[in-house]
This record gives sequence, C-alpha cells and structure tokens, in this order.
Amino acid sequence: MAKQRVVIVGGGLAGLSAAMKLAEDEVSVDLISMVPVKRSHSVCAQGGINCCNKFTRSQGDTEWNHFDDTAYGGEFLNNQPPIKEMCDWAPKIIDLADRLGVPFNRSPEGNLAVRRFGGTLYKRTIYAGASTGQQLLYALDEQVRRWETEGRITTYEFWEFLGPIIDDQGVCRGCVAQDMFSLEIRAFPADAVILATGGCGLIFGKSTMSMVCTGGASARAYQAGANYANGEFVQVHPTAIPGADKLRLISEAARGEAGRVWVPRKPGDTRHPNQIPEPERLYFLEEKYPTYKNLVPRDIATREIFAMCRAGYSVDPATYAVYLDLTERATGIKREVLEHKLGAILEIYEKFVGTDPLDEPMKIFPAVHYSMGGLWVDFEADPKTGGLRLDSPRNQQTSIPGLYAIGEADYQYHGANRLGANSLLSCIFAGLMIGPGIRSWLKTVPGGGAAAAASSLFEAAVSKHKDATHQLVNRAGTENPYLIHRELGALMTRNCTVVRVNADLKTTLGELDVLHERWRRSALSDKGQWTNQNLSFTRALGDMLIVAKVIASGALDRDECRGAHYKPEFEIPAPTATEPDELKRQATEWCARYFEQNRKWLKTTLARHTASGPQLSYEPVDVSLLPPRPRTYGVRGADIIEKIWKQQYAGKPMASAGEASPRAALAAN
Amino acid sequence: MSKLIRLTIQRQDARESHPYAQTFEIEHKPQMNVISCLQDIAARPVTVAGEQTTPVAWDCNCLEEVCGACTMVINGRVRQACTALVDNLLKEQATIDLKPMSKFPVVRDLFVDRSRMFAALKKVRAWIDVDTYGYLGEGPKVEPSVADRRYELSCCMTCGCCMDVCPQVNDGSDFIGPQAIGQAALFNMHPTGAMSADQRLEALMGPGGITDCGNAQNCVKACPKEVPLTWAIGKTGRDTTVHAIRRWFVK
Ligand code: SF4
Ligand code: SF4
Ligand code: FES
Repeated sequence: MAKQRVVIVGGGLAGLSAAMKLAEDEVSVDLISMVPVKRSHSVCAQGGINCCNKFTRSQGDTEWNHFDDTAYGGEFLNNQPPIKEMCDWAPKIIDLADRLGVPFNRSPEGNLAVRRFGGTLYKRTIYAGASTGQQLLYALDEQVRRWETEGRITTYEFWEFLGPIIDDQGVCRGCVAQDMFSLEIRAFPADAVILATGGCGLIFGKSTMSMVCTGGASARAYQAGANYANGEFVQVHPTAIPGADKLRLISEAARGEAGRVWVPRKPGDTRHPNQIPEPERLYFLEEKYPTYKNLVPRDIATREIFAMCRAGYSVDPATYAVYLDLTERATGIKREVLEHKLGAILEIYEKFVGTDPLDEPMKIFPAVHYSMGGLWVDFEADPKTGGLRLDSPRNQQTSIPGLYAIGEADYQYHGANRLGANSLLSCIFAGLMIGPGIRSWLKTVPGGGAAAAASSLFEAAVSKHKDATHQLVNRAGTENPYLIHRELGALMTRNCTVVRVNADLKTTLGELDVLHERWRRSALSDKGQWTNQNLSFTRALGDMLIVAKVIASGALDRDECRGAHYKPEFEIPAPTATEPDELKRQATEWCARYFEQNRKWLKTTLARHTASGPQLSYEPVDVSLLPPRPRTYGVRGADIIEKIWKQQYAGKPMASAGEASPRAALAAN
Repeated sequence: MSKLIRLTIQRQDARESHPYAQTFEIEHKPQMNVISCLQDIAARPVTVAGEQTTPVAWDCNCLEEVCGACTMVINGRVRQACTALVDNLLKEQATIDLKPMSKFPVVRDLFVDRSRMFAALKKVRAWIDVDTYGYLGEGPKVEPSVADRRYELSCCMTCGCCMDVCPQVNDGSDFIGPQAIGQAALFNMHPTGAMSADQRLEALMGPGGITDCGNAQNCVKACPKEVPLTWAIGKTGRDTTVHAIRRWFVK
C-alpha cells in the first residue's frame, strides 16, 4: 500500500502542534501555509495560556474550576465533553511547552509564574512576558523544522488552499492549492486534510487579526459542503488601539496585572487624565462588578464600555474610548515590575500612540478580535471520564468525512464567548489531541484512501480551480475589490458586533447581497502571472462575503442575548424593585424567562451553504456535565437571581428539542 | 482639502528583472503607517504621472511588529513597515522612500526571499531535542535570570534587519549571520538544549561560521526587538573556542 499522507493547512499553534504530533507518530505530513509558518497570526496572542497546575492548585484551583469557568464564560453554548478534556489536559500541555524551551516567566524559586485573567477568580494563566503566543508558536515551529530535516514534514510556504477534493462518496481525498509566487495550481492527494486556518476578522475590515485572517479557507470548505457553526458569535475585545490599517490589541494581561478601567465622572472632562483626582474618576467595572472587577469576561467589559460611551462618557470625542490605567498611582505597582511582565504591549502602545502607558493612562477602544464560530466539528464523548474518546476518528471531523478542522477555524471550545488565555490552549490541545483520532481514521479510511482514488478526481479538481482563477483574472468590470472590502468592513462593524438589532441585520443581509453582486463585477488591477496579491485578495473577498452572510443570518435568527451575541430587543430586564416581595417576584420571573430562553436557544447554529445563501438549522448542546445557570458574574443586585435559581431550577433537566443533527447522523453510520 | 503625501517606491516585476522607481501620491489620514499607504496605493494604483499600474507587492501579516514579515528599507533605513508611522517619516524627509531589503533576492517589488534565514535555523539545530511529546512531567527548573535572557533572545522574529546591515553578510560570503547565532545561544542556554550544545557550536565553526563576524555591531543597533546579538555572538564565540580546544584534547 502506498504511504499515507495527511495535509495540514495553516501553520499557527493548532496546525503546528498537529504536524509535530503526527510526525512523531511516523505519519507523513504536507504542511501548507500562506505565510512562513513562523509568521502566523498566533504570534499576536499576548497574555498567556490557562491551566490549573501545581501552583494554582495550591491556591485551591482545580481542573474542574477551569472547566466550569470555560462553560460559564461561554454561556453554556460549548459542548462540555471537549472542554472538560481540554481543561484536564491543560497542565500537561504547559509542561510539554516548558520542556520544549518556551521562555515562560519564572517565580523566584524557578517555577512557572502565573497571573490572573478575565472570567476567573484564580491566577491560572502562565505567560512569557506579553508575547506568549509568539513564544509558544516559535517552540512549535522549531519542532516542525526539526521534523522537516528528518523528512517527515514537507512544508509548502506561500501556498494558498483553494478547496478540498471530495469524491463521489462524499469523502475528502486531498486538496487543491496555489503557489502564491508562480501561481501554479496543483492537487495534494491526502488521506486526511486538517484545516488550521484561523479566524475571519478581516470580514470586519479592521480588527486585531493579521492580514491572512480572511476566513477564506473555512469559507471554501463551507462552500464545498462542510457545515459552519455558531458563525454569529464574534468576540469584540474591550481594549485595543486604533490605526489606519489595523486595530492593535492591548492584552487583557494589562488588567490581569492590576490595570484599571475608568472614565472621568464628569462627561466630556477635557483635563489631562493625570490631572483628574481620584474621587472624580469613575471605575465603572469595579463599581458594578465588585467580585470580578476589571476582569469580567470580554463580552461584558466591551458592552459596559460601549454603554458608558453611549451615555456620553467617552474620553475621545471622535470615537468610543475609555482609559486603561497602568500607572503606579492607579495600580500601586512599580514601573520595573510592569515593564518586566508587560514589556511587549507597553512597547506596542508607545510605538503606535507615542506616550508611555506607565506615565499616563492608555486610551483604549473595543475591536473585533476572535471568531468563536467556525467549521462545525464532531466529537465522541467517553462516558467513563466525561471527556473525549481520544482515539475516535470523529474528534474534530467536519461534516465532510476525512476533512478536519482545529484551532480558531473550528467552533468547538468557546461557546458564546471565549475566555482570555483559553485560545492558545484550545489550539494546542486540538492539534495534539487530533493525532490519535487521525491515526484511527487512516486505518479505516474508506475506499483505500487517496492512493486508490482515480487520477481523474484530482485532475478534475485542479481544472475546476484553474478555470475559476482564469475567470477571475480576466473578469472585466468597474468595481474595485479594495473599496468593496472597506464597505463590507464598515457594514459588518456597524451592525454585527456589540449591539445587534433585527431591523439592521435584515438591511445588512440585503446590503451583503448588493456587495456580493458588485464583487462579481470587480476587476483585477493586476492580471499578471507572478506573485499576484491582487488575485489572492479578490478571491478571498468573495469568500468573506459568503461568511459574512452566515454571521448576519445567524445573528438575525437568534432572538436572545447570549455571551457576545447581544440583542437589546430580547434582553430579559434585570430586577429593579427595592421592596423585597416585589424584588422576589421580579427575580422569579427573570429565572423563568431565562430557563425558557435556554430551552429555546441553548443550541448550536448550523449553516449549510446553498446558492441562495446560508440555510440554518440547530442542534442541541451537550450539557451532560454541568447544568446551565444564569451568567451574572456577581453583578450588583444579582444575588436574588442566583438564590431563586438554586431553589427552583438547579438540576432541573433542560429538555431541548433534538433536531436531526449531523452529529447524530455521523454517529449512526 | 486634505494633505497629500508622496512616496517613491522601487519596483521590480520579477526575480531577474531590473528595478525601476515609481512615485505615488495619496491622501494623508490620521494614524497612517507605511502599510496603510501601500493599501491605499493597492486600492488605486495610479502614479503621480497618471499612469495606471499594478498594486505594489509586499510582505506583511501581523501589522504590529511581531511577525517580522514587513521588513523593507524606508527612508534609507531597514525596518518594519507596520511600525513606520507616516508623520514621523515626513519629519525625516518630504518624500517617503521605499526599497526592498538589500541582502536578499527580490521576489517582486518590496517582497524579498528570506528563506536562507530559516535554513540557517536548521543548520544550527535551533530546537530542543525532546524525547517525546508524550507526558514526561514538568520541564527543568530555570533560574529567573536565565529565563529572562532566553526570553530576550527568543523575541527574534526572523525579520532580517540584522542581516541587512551586517557588512559580513554579502554576495561574496557564506556568513550565517547574527540571527542564527542568537538562536544557537538561546538553545544552548536551556538545561536540555545544553545537552546538544556541541552540535550547535560545531555548526558555527569553520567557513561561514561565527569567526566571520567582524564585530561591527551594526546588527544589534538595527534589531527592532533589541535581541542581545553582540552578547550572543561574544558568548557563543567563547563557547566555540572552548569546544575546539576540548575537541582537540579528546581526539
Ligand atoms: S557584529 Fe558581526 S554579525 Fe553583527 S553586524 Fe557586525 S559583523 Fe555582522
Ligand atoms: S535578531 Fe533582531 S533584527 Fe535580527 S532577525 Fe531577529 S528580530 Fe530581526
Ligand atoms: S507586519 Fe508583522 S512585523 Fe510588520
């Protein structure tokens, strides 16, 4: 039998960990990436990676707490067996990263140092300065290079994935990719294809994401028949700085290291922030969330900042901005200490804004940051552990057999809102964990695998993409793809981010159709056959428009508030009464409505591609380990809700209508 | 009317073709950097002479000086385009001048081929030879001061600035360059990495190795990430000497 191969597309943390793990297990890997893998978007992750290790355990933390925080943070929309497994593995993943030489910060005793992050009360985030993603990526990149020299991994850098190759049985047999320099298009036959291609922030024009994060690869798999899940869940990070080309992240670590968010009590106060005395500052997160303070989860911090700015408290008349204060005066922490722990983000701020954040408060803005949604992937639970059956070929498999997705490209781990420092973990976890499942798949791959497939299958796929490319290059028209992209970004940022309104979402879908039509009439300004970036961009723009519709229609149909998806029209009003009996009545009603909302909407959105746009359906979420509960984060006045919920709903099964799901269908096979 | 800014860009259509210059004018916007200028030119690729041309090809990804992709020569200095803020550049000279890096083959326009830097990382075996990715417990304890120095070295983003300014990196030499020496030091300092330090030192001896460094110290000044290159070169140089003597005795 010919040697089996696996193609991995994307060389960020997820793709690289999958590559090195498979290589160690003697599977041959072709690694395809649009950029040298060392330049992947994972380098932008700053703050850290979560795990409950021996240090946090000594503070009373457990893996279960980490799991609970992750489920609660995601407002219970994340399937529980995968996240349980992930949190159980987290300490081992950190130990491996440590063995690989990641220069994590150390305690005086030489142990791994920890900091606190959002959405938890424990210090369980391990970090390497404020460039943890970069340092982790480098360690994995080094391992992949090691396997390259041994011939187990072949890297194709500056190659772009154009689509999966699917045979008439509906099984993925490889993919088609294009050399971004010579523009050669060729097939990569494979027995499994793993997409590790990241998020889709560029749909929002400017975001904190890197330039390759168009979501193009996921969109191509989606158009080939893979289901897309929870597209409407998009994380807007509360603290970024603006730029003409990009919004740059200021890590949550800034708040984890005691940074404080505030606005002047007097709206429109024009004094320099250092001139505003303590009693005239409104630390609004600390006041409203006395337990979590500045470390409420991102969706909540972002909404609170938005609300303050809408009420006129913005510290920048041109936009929505608040202060994030790291000065010694606000934090009580010495300059040297913060320089050591946060150097990389202090540098970014200084380079782009020109002031020193340790001298005066930073002005920060919310920015699109992470796609919780992504390609739908399967899992197989292990009833014995509550986690996953690790050798199951179903883990991370998309609805196309043989096509897998990991990392930000999948939807599996973060539910309705991702907790800070869980993304690096979910990427490395899925990348390593997929190894045994892929090997099981390789043993049983139907029809003899790619080697047995007819060469006509590959030839047909290549010629289809050659034709499409030829058409795109030679298309005549007057529309300009770069301008369409700017309009797309503005439209999506306006209507599909922090606050969502059904009327606007409907208009958005109409406007997306118009933009898509205009895209079809857009022409390339470069028709050349060498390093044509214009071609790659314009093609990706078409894909962004497709996924934009998935996001907008998912948002339109989901009539509730959950995590990052916030629709004021469907918000359950918080109890406000002061009279105890009335307060109790209001809280009882709140709980009844929340229970009903979960019954109706605690479901995964599934989008299937059709020529007329996405077709939506829903499948139940696996909440077998931890019953959903109101997600209040101890906001002032919520104690009564929690009390009543405990009395009346704790443990009450949430019968959800089980619609036919691809998971059930796959399991039946 | 808003202000116009002018850029002169060195262009080159393909690997072997001749470079030529084109000048563009674009509208000034707040918070502009060189990347956003190139994006605006891509959206409307017309020169000041009114000639319709193609978008300029360039390399970038993170746009926040952490991926190392967007290095180019800006107003005569090699640096990242994403952190090159237009308002600061205009204080230096009236027209912004963009050229590709000088020590690497041009692929197209400002896009260069830096694969030799990644090849150098293979040569010095810039990784830790762990036994397995399976679970073997915790990593070795590391002294905080060693962890800090390793962190500084590990911030190298393979951007190539240090190579571009190094007088010893040129057409006539095989010099591996400062970046790879820094990375060899990074791994030799790790408790596990130290076990295979000899292999890295070996790779840095002989032609193209560490003795080719003329100690001009240009590299460390050009490095945007303040990687302690001259420290690494000094340390690794001493280590290779010791290694050579030991090898001589062992033989
Ligand atoms: S010190 Fe050595 S490596 Fe650095 S620039 Fe000078 S010759 Fe090059
Ligand atoms: S050492 Fe500095 S200048 Fe050289 S490649 Fe690394 S980051 Fe760039
Ligand atoms: S684009 Fe990454 S360093 Fe400039």
